[in-house]
Amino acid sequence: MKAEGIQAASWLLIALPLAGAAILLLGGRRTDKWGHLLGAAMPLGSFAVGLAAFFQMLGYSGNARIRHLHIYDYFVVGNFKVDMGLLIDPLSISFVLLITGVGSLIHIYSIGYMAHDPDRRRFFAYLNLFVAAMLLLVLADNYLGLYIGWEGVGLASYLLIGFWQYKPTAAVAAKKAFVVNRVGDFGLSVAILLMFATFGTVQFAGVYGGIGHASQGTVTAIGLLLLLGACGKSAQLPLQSWLLDAMEGPTPVSALIHAATMVTAGVYLIVRSNPIFNLSPDARLAVTVVGAATLLAGAIIGCAKDDIKKALAGSTMSQIGYMMLAAGLGKVGYVFAIAHLIAHGFFKAGMFLGAGSVMHAMKEDVNMRKYGALRTVMYITFGTFFLGYLAIIGFPGLSGFFTKDGIIETAFNKGGTSGAVLGTCAVLGAGITAFYMSRLMFMTFFGEKRWDDDVHPHESPLVMTIPLMLLAIGSVFAGGFLVLGGFADFLAPVVGAQEHKFHWVSVPGTVTLLLMFAGVALAWMQYGARPVPREAPRGSFLTVFARRDLYGDALNESLLMRPGQWATRLAVYFDTKGVDGLVNGLAAGVGGSSGRLRRVQTGFVRSYALSMFLGAALVVGALFLVRI
Amino acid sequence: MNYLILSAILFTIGAVGVLVRRNAIVVFMCVELMLNATNLAFVSFSHQHGNLDGQIIAFFVMVVAAAEVVVGLAIIMAIFRSRRSSSVDDANLLKY
Amino acid sequence: MFPWLSVLIALPAVGAFGVTLLPKGADELAKRFALAVSTLVAVLTVVMAFQFKTGGARFQFTESYWWIKAFGVHWAVGADGVALVLILLSVILVPLVVLASWNDAERSGGASENPPKRSVKIYFALILALEAMMIGVFASTDVFMFYVFFEAMLIPVYFIIGSYGGPQRSYAAVKFLLYSLAGGLLMLVAVIWLYPLSARPVAAGGLGHPSFLFSELTHLQIEPTTAKWLFMGFFIAFAIKAPLVPFHTWLPDAAGQAPAGAAVLIVGVLDKVGTYGMLRFCLELFPGAARWATPLVLTLSVIGIVYGAILAIGQVDLKRLIAYTSISHFGFITLGIFAMTSQAQAGATLYMVNHGFSTGALFIVAGFMISRRGSARIDAYGGVQKVAPLLAGTFLIAGLSGLSLPGLSSFVSEFLVLVGTFSRYRVPAVIATVGMILAAIYILWMYQRTMNGPTAPAVSAMKDLSRREVVAVVPIIAIIVALGFFPKPILDVINPSVKQTLSRVHQVDPKPTVADQLIKTGARP
Repeated sequence: MKAEGIQAASWLLIALPLAGAAILLLGGRRTDKWGHLLGAAMPLGSFAVGLAAFFQMLGYSGNARIRHLHIYDYFVVGNFKVDMGLLIDPLSISFVLLITGVGSLIHIYSIGYMAHDPDRRRFFAYLNLFVAAMLLLVLADNYLGLYIGWEGVGLASYLLIGFWQYKPTAAVAAKKAFVVNRVGDFGLSVAILLMFATFGTVQFAGVYGGIGHASQGTVTAIGLLLLLGACGKSAQLPLQSWLLDAMEGPTPVSALIHAATMVTAGVYLIVRSNPIFNLSPDARLAVTVVGAATLLAGAIIGCAKDDIKKALAGSTMSQIGYMMLAAGLGKVGYVFAIAHLIAHGFFKAGMFLGAGSVMHAMKEDVNMRKYGALRTVMYITFGTFFLGYLAIIGFPGLSGFFTKDGIIETAFNKGGTSGAVLGTCAVLGAGITAFYMSRLMFMTFFGEKRWDDDVHPHESPLVMTIPLMLLAIGSVFAGGFLVLGGFADFLAPVVGAQEHKFHWVSVPGTVTLLLMFAGVALAWMQYGARPVPREAPRGSFLTVFARRDLYGDALNESLLMRPGQWATRLAVYFDTKGVDGLVNGLAAGVGGSSGRLRRVQTGFVRSYALSMFLGAALVVGALFLVRI
Repeated sequence: MNYLILSAILFTIGAVGVLVRRNAIVVFMCVELMLNATNLAFVSFSHQHGNLDGQIIAFFVMVVAAAEVVVGLAIIMAIFRSRRSSSVDDANLLKY
Repeated sequence: MFPWLSVLIALPAVGAFGVTLLPKGADELAKRFALAVSTLVAVLTVVMAFQFKTGGARFQFTESYWWIKAFGVHWAVGADGVALVLILLSVILVPLVVLASWNDAERSGGASENPPKRSVKIYFALILALEAMMIGVFASTDVFMFYVFFEAMLIPVYFIIGSYGGPQRSYAAVKFLLYSLAGGLLMLVAVIWLYPLSARPVAAGGLGHPSFLFSELTHLQIEPTTAKWLFMGFFIAFAIKAPLVPFHTWLPDAAGQAPAGAAVLIVGVLDKVGTYGMLRFCLELFPGAARWATPLVLTLSVIGIVYGAILAIGQVDLKRLIAYTSISHFGFITLGIFAMTSQAQAGATLYMVNHGFSTGALFIVAGFMISRRGSARIDAYGGVQKVAPLLAGTFLIAGLSGLSLPGLSSFVSEFLVLVGTFSRYRVPAVIATVGMILAAIYILWMYQRTMNGPTAPAVSAMKDLSRREVVAVVPIIAIIVALGFFPKPILDVINPSVKQTLSRVHQVDPKPTVADQLIKTGARP
């Protein structure tokens, strides 16, 4: 159905932040004075439009909630027609509200956080660009539009990770993020190619309409290729390595892009493509395996990091692993995946911003071993962070409890060996989550002061703490609100209706709760009860393993980078010596033989005369021979 | 027939002269000898076949030879003036 | 009717002659004159383009006069969609190149130990002469006339590289000339061969009279073996020009040694003559032979995409790196042409235009950097973004277009090529998609090494873009962004021509494997 009313103006959602980015980038230094205000106003405007569209949607019921807005024809070539259109349905509107809502808060926070950066205007321009691209990603009604947004957020991520580009580490991390993402994009592009070859269209409607007629192999292939794309964007194994390095970017960026929104785009992709995954158990299984492996890997990495942002990044990987796992479980799983995604958006963004506030206080030091006892000086930051902490470890009654337990239960409900294995992984992950988050909490806010001498921590200004408070409220209530408030019915037009009842008490839930308390207790024993050394101890094999990101980078380097460098050098050598050598050799050969041939020109008239006579004799002789 | 043999002998003498002698004047005279040997052959062929073509060509050859003498001697003079030698082997600048 | 194309060819030619007549030492006047002439040509072409009717005859603005009657040679010009967009590309680039290389002829590519061998005014005269020939080569609808322009283009380029280039300019110029001549002579043989073929009586498959008119030659009946020989004659010439691996080694030298402005024209426009020739002549004159050669060309294209990209990663010289990226991109273009689906060929044609602009912008900005720093080596830079943010920004946008970022122009064309190729040849398309990953590596690594990190001492005093330089590069950036979001108008111009070409080679697009009514109604409400 066509979009009406305020929904017909939902192109404004994308246009506002895009205009903001354009004005700030083209305006240059002239806009330095008020650029950050404009930059923060644009996503707020989008949020208002999104809210209006959301309430209008609530007025419809059932499939009437899926609305379509045609913007323009992108191109028509042969039988390939791409309409740029927006799809306003419960799934996309959920994302719109998350992106613009959390995004606006982070914009506001950044006004304070980046106040002393000479390039604050550019920062807001990039953030606006990101919001626009991300909204295009979730609103597009076809895979090509989604892909444009997909790469757009990649670009914004590249620009923002490398925002402090004069730091070589930041520049390298930005490039790495883009290149690793491109590997994932390879999967997404080939998936789109396969869709066109199979269905003759890349519009969601056309693809999902025809998916039932495609062969099982094709469906699974599309599913696996989409999964590859999702792995890149969502930092899932084996393409996880970029996310930890991406922490080189300013902290609001880590909160917005590398925690709340962009990295969850992979989950969106899979949930959006649910008609494809519904038809391919193999692809779903692959999704769950990736999710389960990443949730454990991320959690383990999070246990060993002393850098507060990297510990949180490991946690993000792990939580997205949960979402992937849920998305791979099908029907009910989709709902929990999105619910956890939204809840995670709140508490993780809140904690990242809290970490930013802490770093602000600690002179940009990120080493938790030099923190400690900060609860005594930063009440608001501590309070909001603590609520986020309770939410992520799944403390009963807070967001994480509802969404994560839902995922664990769904995994066990899958049945069979795979269900048991996946469920166990998820439960174990919950225990480890409790451990590493408690570790982070204790090292940062509890214990004794381990500050450097010249550091005098203080609470951040209100412009930074108000977003923290709002996000903390979201962290507390979002999960319960979604899971108990009929989110499943809300999403039903997109992912299909399903019977589901939330169990307050269940066997897996109880085990999870016990493991959680065990994790907290273990962390207390190690980091709360005992003093934390300022220098990191060498640690066991396992600690080193986790500290080195499970040797992911080492593996990439030895398997891809080194051979790649050798291949490059070999190719350059082959091209200059081989291909070009052949050409130059040919030229040299001609030149050399003519050099020899010119020796015949001696300059002696008499030898020329002799050759003339001999030639004449030859001609005469030949004439005679022919005559005979 | 005898004229033809004489012409062949004269031509050969001229050719050998061109090849073995170094003095430019002598080489030049040998070239003239070869030209006149061919003239003799032309005239005797004309006589044998009973038409005038050979004799006409002989006149042409003589005209060309006269022109050649003019140009050739001038060149030899110029070379002699600049190099103080009339040996053809000394004028070997035109080489690789 | 107004003889648009002949006027467009004549105008820069007259302008070039006019520049040479200016008094000695009037360099500033020569520059302004060249800029005025090329701008006038660009404006006229845009006016002409607006009169092009997308639904009308295939070739429009046609003119035909006898040139050498005895051989059946015409001065015949006309433009279809493909030729039109390429002419537009050429005429838009030339004034910007003139503006961008305003001082290049005085400093010789930035290397002060290589003073130019000829005067400033000759440089601009050569550029204008080149423009006339570029328009001529795209506009000619007579094969003989095409050949004449094709070969004549070598002359100005040879003098530009050889007289105004870098330290190894004579090596590069001679290499360029010999390579191109070798290909051109093969093509000459094929062109001459067409004469007896067309002169045959109609009953024997000829035309009954000698002719080189494209429109008439398409009616020739040629035996398959002869057609293959003729195809190869044309194809090798175009493959060298394009350049397709393994005929590519002249390009890095030529582009690397040429002054940046000329490199824009060499890589941006001149090389397109090769791919344009493949699409127009190889395919339409010898459809059977083209289908016969398809597997070979696809293989070479895919090798070119990956090989060119890997080589680009390994380069240490800015201009050579850009040249190698072009080799990779030309792989995409030939892949698209020979995949023979409407998406792939329309994509390939659009790619020719987009590549001209994005690589043109890269070369222009690289030229700005080189003229400031005096070195084209990548490790001579570092941290430029800090001191010259505008320069870095334009370089980044041009580079991102080079790595086919969606929203910038190259993406649409690359995607269309891949989609079109994939629907018929799966494996080549998938391998070509790998080129996308490599593109990210070579562009971003280059950007990181030159622009990011701590500012190198040698570039710490580097000036940002001047007003003149901004005017030279901003129009290209604007076109790149505009075509990235609104490719439809230009694709609508290209589509009818591509459709004609495909019907000539008797190829129809493969049907989607799941093609039932349900999807059609679902997909297109």
